[in-house]
Amino acid sequence: MSKKKIGRFVGYGLLYIGLLLFGFVAVMPFIWMVRSSFMEIKQIFIMPPQWIPDPFTLDNYVQVFTKTDIPKYFGNTVFVVVTNLIGVLLTSSMAAYAFSRLRWKGRDLIFAGLLSSMMLPSAVTLIPVYIGWSRLGFVDTYGPLVIPAFLGGGAYNIFLMRQFFMTIPRELDEAAFVDGASRLRIYWNIDIPLAKSAMIVVGLFCFMGTWNDFFNPLIYLNTMEKYTVAVGLQSLVGKYTSKWNLVMAASVVVTMPCVLAFLIGQKHIIGGIAITGIKG
Amino acid sequence: MIAAQKKMRRSNYGRGETVAGWLFALPAILGFVILMLVPMIVSLFLSMTDYSAFKAEINFIGLDNFRTMFGSTELYIKDSLKATAYYTVLNVPLSLLVAFLIALALNTNIRGRGIFRSIFYLPSIVPAVASCVVWLWLLNQQYGLLTTFIKSLGFGTPGWLWDKNTVIPTIVMTGLWGTGGTMVIFLAGLQGIPQVYYEALSVDGGNAWHKLWHITIPMLTPTIFFNAIMAVINSLQVFTQGFIMTKGGPGNASLFYVYYLYKQAFEKANMGYACALAWFLFVIIMILTAIIMKSQNKWVYYGGD
Repeated sequence: MSKKKIGRFVGYGLLYIGLLLFGFVAVMPFIWMVRSSFMEIKQIFIMPPQWIPDPFTLDNYVQVFTKTDIPKYFGNTVFVVVTNLIGVLLTSSMAAYAFSRLRWKGRDLIFAGLLSSMMLPSAVTLIPVYIGWSRLGFVDTYGPLVIPAFLGGGAYNIFLMRQFFMTIPRELDEAAFVDGASRLRIYWNIDIPLAKSAMIVVGLFCFMGTWNDFFNPLIYLNTMEKYTVAVGLQSLVGKYTSKWNLVMAASVVVTMPCVLAFLIGQKHIIGGIAITGIKG
Repeated sequence: MIAAQKKMRRSNYGRGETVAGWLFALPAILGFVILMLVPMIVSLFLSMTDYSAFKAEINFIGLDNFRTMFGSTELYIKDSLKATAYYTVLNVPLSLLVAFLIALALNTNIRGRGIFRSIFYLPSIVPAVASCVVWLWLLNQQYGLLTTFIKSLGFGTPGWLWDKNTVIPTIVMTGLWGTGGTMVIFLAGLQGIPQVYYEALSVDGGNAWHKLWHITIPMLTPTIFFNAIMAVINSLQVFTQGFIMTKGGPGNASLFYVYYLYKQAFEKANMGYACALAWFLFVIIMILTAIIMKSQNKWVYYGGD
């Protein structure tokens, strides 16, 4: 081997070792969570640690599903997430259509306003918005968690969707219009199907963002029965302080939908982040 | 349809576009007005009142809230500013550096790239509560895996989240675990650098170090710039980790600014004062963003395209 080849070989070796080491650090907490969820309470404290549970028990999961309120929180969260998905996908794509496919007075001004609102810390609007919901009697209902999704679904999603719509040739719309299609039909039957991958990205972000949202359920939901998984898990931790195996099983249950969503759509997610990241 | 009709529709395409535009954007415009514009104005007004959820009347008190913030009776704001500044100063460079290094390693043609990419991205989709719970246990003073590991190396028991000197670095460390989003943005930026630049440098006899220093980093400055701004904005608004893992302790050492604001608003019902706190945060974010924006002429390189 030449000197250069050896250098390259060593370089790749080091790179690999570094990646494996960092990779281990990255997955370790995750693996720790999963392995502990299949253990009895005595097992989880054994040092040096067992990485593969022996004996292997599903008891924690049985308890999470039968003795805790996690199934209820799970159902509540599914309701909030699905409602958000419908609202966000519908209204953000409508807005993206208007901002990218149509030419109208005030368009650029409003779009600039929307974009700049992304810089605004949510703390600024938090209190008036809270007071507003409270005056309407919507505190401790799902209203504050789902209604905003039907009002544009957030500047970030509109922006992402618009970037994608911009890449669809406008001639397509015009041709369809000439053939007698209304704008509603053009939006629904031509642009939406063509923007499928943008819809998937926005949908996945919305799914994970809503599923993981901690702050809004924290301030708007008071009754425990209405909790979503994020705040529900937090209250569960307080209740079962020392039952780490049970808490870990609950954490796995709460985390799984997001991991599944990620694994199914990871190709799209990474593409989607690339769109906003580079052009943002 | 016959040709004449088609022709007429073609010339009609622009008509009614304004109405259609407003109709399609209506939900978003309503959302912008109801959830952004009006609350912003109301918030600015409330910041100059003593509005409290416990009281019926509202008194206009001018800039008194802002005077209180910097006055001697306010015992917590200094702690919260200190905690937030410390967190931001540590977190922004560290999270950018870690994300950049991982992205750099993943941008080579090594085997298993896709798997590594998933592995590094995965932690960032774990719900914050779940990851906080896992970290709380890993760091637990008696049974925590990391604590045991450090002890087995012959060091004492690290204070982690329970020592006011180590709590912020520890929170930063747990946050680094979720830096996958930033990493992916870097990766996208790296993949956007045209290969011809590297090939040209190779022809001229440049080594890996030259490539990194003269091509990769300069070409990546727009991405670094974007990630830096986002990291600053997000770091200044850190909340969940302090809320779940430390409750602001020990001794207010991790009482992050937004957490303090939350306490004022929802525990003490001082809505007016909390709005003043929010506006102060907004001003800080604006100033820092403006500084970074201004500095971009000096270091951000926008390519010829």
